[in-house]
Amino acid sequence: MTTSGAPGVVVVGGGQAGFSVASTLRASGYGGPVTVFAAEPHLPYQRPPLSKKAHTDHDDLRVSLVPETFYRERDIDLRLGDDVVALDPAARTVRIRSGLSVPYAHLVLATGARNRPLPVPGADLDGVHALRSLDDALAIGRALTTARDVVVIGGGFIGLELAQVARARGAHVTVVELTDRLLSRALSAEVESHVRERHERAGVRVLTGTAVRVLEGSGRVERVVTSGAVLPADLVVYGIGAAPRDELARDAGLAVDDGVLVDEQLRSVSDPRISAVGDCARHPHPHADGPVRLESVQNATDQGVLVGRRIAGQASAPYESLPWFWSDQGDIKLQIAGLRAPSDDVRLTVGDSPERLAAYAFRDGLLVAVETLNWPAEHLAARRLLERRTPVTASDLTGTTLGALARARRAAEVRA
Amino acid sequence: MPTVIFQLPDGTERKVTAASGTALMQAAVSNGVPGIVAECGGNASCATCHVYVDAAQSESAGPPNDVEDEMLDFTASERRPTSRLSCQLQLSDALDGLVVHVPEEQV
Repeated sequence: MTTSGAPGVVVVGGGQAGFSVASTLRASGYGGPVTVFAAEPHLPYQRPPLSKKAHTDHDDLRVSLVPETFYRERDIDLRLGDDVVALDPAARTVRIRSGLSVPYAHLVLATGARNRPLPVPGADLDGVHALRSLDDALAIGRALTTARDVVVIGGGFIGLELAQVARARGAHVTVVELTDRLLSRALSAEVESHVRERHERAGVRVLTGTAVRVLEGSGRVERVVTSGAVLPADLVVYGIGAAPRDELARDAGLAVDDGVLVDEQLRSVSDPRISAVGDCARHPHPHADGPVRLESVQNATDQGVLVGRRIAGQASAPYESLPWFWSDQGDIKLQIAGLRAPSDDVRLTVGDSPERLAAYAFRDGLLVAVETLNWPAEHLAARRLLERRTPVTASDLTGTTLGALARARRAAEVRA
Repeated sequence: MPTVIFQLPDGTERKVTAASGTALMQAAVSNGVPGIVAECGGNASCATCHVYVDAAQSESAGPPNDVEDEMLDFTASERRPTSRLSCQLQLSDALDGLVVHVPEEQV
């Protein structure tokens, strides 16, 4: 299968995006060498479950994307625990930590993002955790077996998911958010108020507009001092956003601006033999005004597929996959399809049960994004309609749902 | 340990064994069965692990749950009376020998 001696594709990063590139290359018939450098020692794994359950050991974690045999059968050279430390675009080589240089014909940067550090004194105390990796999740899961007072710093998706995991373990949980809203960047105010109310109903204390000043304790964290209160804490988990791991590209002189800048085919704007995919890439998108960087499984997977197919020589369209996202926070299932802008007109609808909500976002009169709570069917209907760019206006949705519209349109297609 | 047979759209089949209590989707993914995409990792969020249970065994596999039932209206390949989302189908010894058909498209 491998073309001996010739440089092939080198993928830097063993997350969802890197996996997607490598598996797509083989599925698309690429016969050259494929090497994936994965910094962590684990087989590439799913991240979404890490913040949604309290795992305590590897045995109850079945998060590997595929088993080890998958890579062997497809002649994918997966280098676990091996990191790329430098990139030389002129020589078309990468240097790995052990000092070796590896040549490439195509290079794909799938380096992901890293958590923003908590910028307050005491952030290095024992009992203070961030969550990104499998090992982080196991450490938090073990801590939750004894934790009584849990403070979650940051009211974003990961923080809110973990807040519910900790509640399910019986801990007292407080979420501290600096801005005046939960999920302020991702979610409309209309839906946010319902999410907050449901967390509070589940027993989570939510403090918005609250800054963390210092974490205190002797060796281990004992309390969190905020702008308004002193909160006892034996476990602190923070999630205050992520930054792209784009330093390899920057150090190599490639164009970088909060992410590796790529064109609509996800090629570096500086070097067509280098691509970037997933959390580390900033790319044009037909649903956004300017280049965007999206942190989601969908984006990582779909970008990997596009680049894998393109390098394998298959025809490739510009990247325009519909962005979609989900977050499970205890009994709250939040799903988003499309990209909402702050100026969009948002209409809230209650579903057939009061537990179900949908918020439809319109721009210039047309539906562009849908947020749903506990209503997966409406989410899927939104995806189908938005993916096909079926125009939907606010009056189309008077007295009905997207699900009903999608079913009616599908029935009409079948008849026609 | 129940055994499941996945019949693929290209006519080939894959036999997989998994512990009771494992979701059918997980059994497929852990064994690299192609065509079970499972974008959301088994959270009933995406409808990309759609399968058709063999008609003869559809009754023992049971009907879809309420959320699954609604989601099945929006799968990429057509819904049939025996459609299930494999992330919602738990394997058990009673399902030993289950045959499922993988649809052409999931996304």
